[in-house]
Amino acid sequence: MKAARFDYVRATTVDVAVDALARGAVALAGGQSLVPLLNARSRRPEVVVDVSRLPLTGVEQDGSTLVLGALTRLRAAETSPVVRRAVPLLAEALTHVGHVSVRNRGTVGGSVAHADPAAELPAVFLALDAVFTARGPGGTREVDARDFFLGPYRTALAPDELLTDIRVPLPPPTARHGLAELSRRPNDLAITAVFTSVTLTDRVVTEARIAVAGAAPTPIRAHAAEELLRGQALTPEVLAGVADAAADATDPVDDVHAPAAYRRDMTAVLTRRALRQAVGG
Amino acid sequence: MKITVTVNGQTSTADCEPRRTLADFLRHDLGLTGVHVGCEHGACGSCTVLLDGATARSCCVLAVQADGSEITTVEGLATTSLSPLQESFRRHHALQCGFCTPGMLAVATELLRDNPSPTEAEIRTAISGNLCRCTGYHNIVTAIAAARDQGDSPNADTPPQPPEA
Repeated sequence: MKAARFDYVRATTVDVAVDALARGAVALAGGQSLVPLLNARSRRPEVVVDVSRLPLTGVEQDGSTLVLGALTRLRAAETSPVVRRAVPLLAEALTHVGHVSVRNRGTVGGSVAHADPAAELPAVFLALDAVFTARGPGGTREVDARDFFLGPYRTALAPDELLTDIRVPLPPPTARHGLAELSRRPNDLAITAVFTSVTLTDRVVTEARIAVAGAAPTPIRAHAAEELLRGQALTPEVLAGVADAAADATDPVDDVHAPAAYRRDMTAVLTRRALRQAVGG
Repeated sequence: MKITVTVNGQTSTADCEPRRTLADFLRHDLGLTGVHVGCEHGACGSCTVLLDGATARSCCVLAVQADGSEITTVEGLATTSLSPLQESFRRHHALQCGFCTPGMLAVATELLRDNPSPTEAEIRTAISGNLCRCTGYHNIVTAIAAARDQGDSPNADTPPQPPEA
C-alpha cells in the first residue's frame, strides 16, 4: 500500500525535533519500522519529523560506560571495534537485528524506541542495565532500561521526548556472554531469544544476567534464574533449574509465529544454550 | 518537496510528496523500473538498491530522506556489458521470472565487496532477506559462489563505502 499524506519536517537541531514532537509529530529515524507502518497505514500521522540527520551518531567509550548516539546506524554499531571490544554481547546481538540492508538504515535508538517485544536490542540493553537519555521540552532526563519498556511498542518516552543516547555500563573484562535465538529465517525478529552475561571465578558464577525477548509483552529479566546461578558452578542440574526459572519468568502470547507454550519451553532450551555458549561448555 | 539525487551517476532534481517511497520515486519519477516493488513493507527485498554505497530497501526509505544521496539501481550495476556477478547469474540460470533479481544482485554485490570470500553459509545468510518467488535459491547461491571463485570485485573502480559510525 501507499502511505496516507503527511507533512514532513527535517529536523536541523534536537530542539526543532522536540518542538515538532510537542506539536504531535512522529519521529522518523532510519525508517525501518516506521515506513512499513506508514505504507500499511497502520500509522497515519499528520506530521513526520525526520531526525535522521541530527548529529546524534557515533559510539565511544567514556570510562566504564559505552555511549551510543541514538541515531547510530545498527550496522555502524555492529562493525564498531569499540563496541566489539567493550560490550561483545551487544556486538553479537546486533548481527541478529534484521538483515544487513535493514541494519544499514535502521538506528540503535529507533529499535529501542520502537520497542518491539521480540526485538534483540531492548532485551540486550535490559540485560546490561543500560540507561536511556531522553530530551523533551523541559530538558533532559535519564531512564533506566528496567523502567523504559512498558508494553508492546510502548515505552516511558513521552510523545514529546526524543531518545538521544544510550549508556551501557561496561561488563567486567572477565564477563562472558552467550545468546541463543529462535527465528524463522536468520535475521528475522525473534520468536524467542535469550541473552546472557556471566562472570565466573574459579568456575563459580559470581554475576549473571539473563534477558529474554519474544516471550512477554516487553523484554524481561529472569531475576530468579539469575539468583539461582550466583554462587554455583554450571552443572547440568544447576543449568536445568536455571532454565526452568527463566521459563517461569515469561508471560508469552499465542500468535501466528508460535503458541505461548512453545515460546515458554523454548525459553528454557535457549537459556541452556546461551549459558553453555557463555561458559564455553 | 524538491529533492536532488544522483542515480547511476546522473544527478536529477524532482518534486515529490513526502509520502513517496524511494522505490516509487525511482520507478515513477525517474523511470527506473528495474526497482521491483514486491511487499512494500521490507519483507521481500526485491526493491533493494545501493544507497550511499550500502544496500537499502527502497520501499522503506522515503524519497525525501534520500535527498542528496547517491543511489545505484540494477540499471547502474553495469554499463555496456553485464557485471561479472550479473554474468554469473546468467551463466548459472540464477533467475527465472527475474522479479527478485535486482534485489539479489544488490545484496550479493555488497556481500562480495565487504567479504570477497564468503562461505556458502554466509552467502545464504546474506540473501536470507530476499525472497525468490520461483524458489530458485540453489542457483542463486551457485552463481554468487561462482562469482566469488572468479575473484570478482563487482565495483572495483568505485568501491562504495558503508555508513560511518
